Amino acid sequence: MLPEKIHLEIVTPQRRVIDKDVDEVILPGAEGSFGVRPGHAALLAGLAPGVAVSRSAGQEEVMAISSGYVEVQPDRVVVLAETCEKSEEIDVDRARRRLQEIEGEVSKTAEADPDLMRFRMMKHLARLQASGHSR
Amino acid sequence: MANNTRDLKRRIRSVKNTAQLTGAMKMVSAAKLRRAQEQMMSSRPYAAALERVIGDVARRVSPELHPLLSGRELNTVDLVLIAGDKGLCGAFNANVIKAAEVARREHDAAGRRVEMTLIGKKAGEYYRRRPEILVREFFADAFREIDYTFAADLAGTLTDRFLAGETDGVFLVYNRFRTTISQIVTVTPIIPLQSLAGQANEEKDAVEYLYEPAAAELMRGLVPRFVSFQLYQAMLESVAAEHGARMAAMDNATRSAEDMISSLTLKMNRARQAAITTELIEVVSGAEAL
Repeated sequence: MLPEKIHLEIVTPQRRVIDKDVDEVILPGAEGSFGVRPGHAALLAGLAPGVAVSRSAGQEEVMAISSGYVEVQPDRVVVLAETCEKSEEIDVDRARRRLQEIEGEVSKTAEADPDLMRFRMMKHLARLQASGHSR
Repeated sequence: MANNTRDLKRRIRSVKNTAQLTGAMKMVSAAKLRRAQEQMMSSRPYAAALERVIGDVARRVSPELHPLLSGRELNTVDLVLIAGDKGLCGAFNANVIKAAEVARREHDAAGRRVEMTLIGKKAGEYYRRRPEILVREFFADAFREIDYTFAADLAGTLTDRFLAGETDGVFLVYNRFRTTISQIVTVTPIIPLQSLAGQANEEKDAVEYLYEPAAAELMRGLVPRFVSFQLYQAMLESVAAEHGARMAAMDNATRSAEDMISSLTLKMNRARQAAITTELIEVVSGAEAL
């Protein structure tokens, strides 16, 4: 019998964002999004900027994660995130502004590191997406 | 006699001033402590989770995967001492410096070369008077705004030294915050991470992990982060401990000042009463003589 719940803990250097049992969690892995359910194989993965979703008893929580690591064991998931904001905490206007600034930088400077720029943009796109806003 | 009461009055006034000063310092420390404690407590879960994760992984991967995972014989060691920038906090600085000295002498006696890294002016002052001890680097004013970048930079330097073979191990000596009034001086190895990998063989039957991306690449990101974060967390702990120690020291000082005021007041009242009595006797015996 597989356990029905999996313990999810999301911590950032600033705070503990989530510490509870959930049915399922979807995380933005460095090599693509993946879902974790109780009984998942042990896994260590890097995280890319993106949206994380945790589901428990029909309730859904959406968060924006900037980057970090996750350790999965059959009964628990530990997410070490650089930053993690719940959808209701996200400052949408600020994310939009930052995105425009970065785009401005990209169009002005030719020598900008494209990977870094993509990474920075993804962070803010994830925040917009998690807060339920499009661009 | 009158002279005596005036002296006592003057002393009481000066002790009262001292009490006021220490009382104010106590309040300031209490406010700073609250902030430092909040910062420290909020990053503790991350530090703990990071340690657990890296421990889980270190037990499973081969130590060759990351150079920081395997130790070697200690010929040269680095001691990183975290003290405070200011005094008036009881034995806070003295205790941590003493612990660092004990550790240093032990390594010295074992024939190892010890290099010190000092954080905090009080540590700097102590070792300035002892030029025979090798101090590699000294940082003052690192606590005003505790900055993760500072910890990451220093951790990077220490890691590079280990990788270049300039040091074989790095130990951290600091005050760990336990409660407001109690600190524990802690000496802990931070480089290499062999203590984590040490139990590798005990858990041979542990489930193998899936890695995404490859384990080596993940460790390249996780290991330096762990070293920096340990340093960062130690600084946060030390600052909270320092404010706690100062608050306790100032509380004691205020209380002793208050005790002193009441005993001096009692003395002064007695002296005044004695003076009045003597005067009365003089008046009465003078009247009788008439």
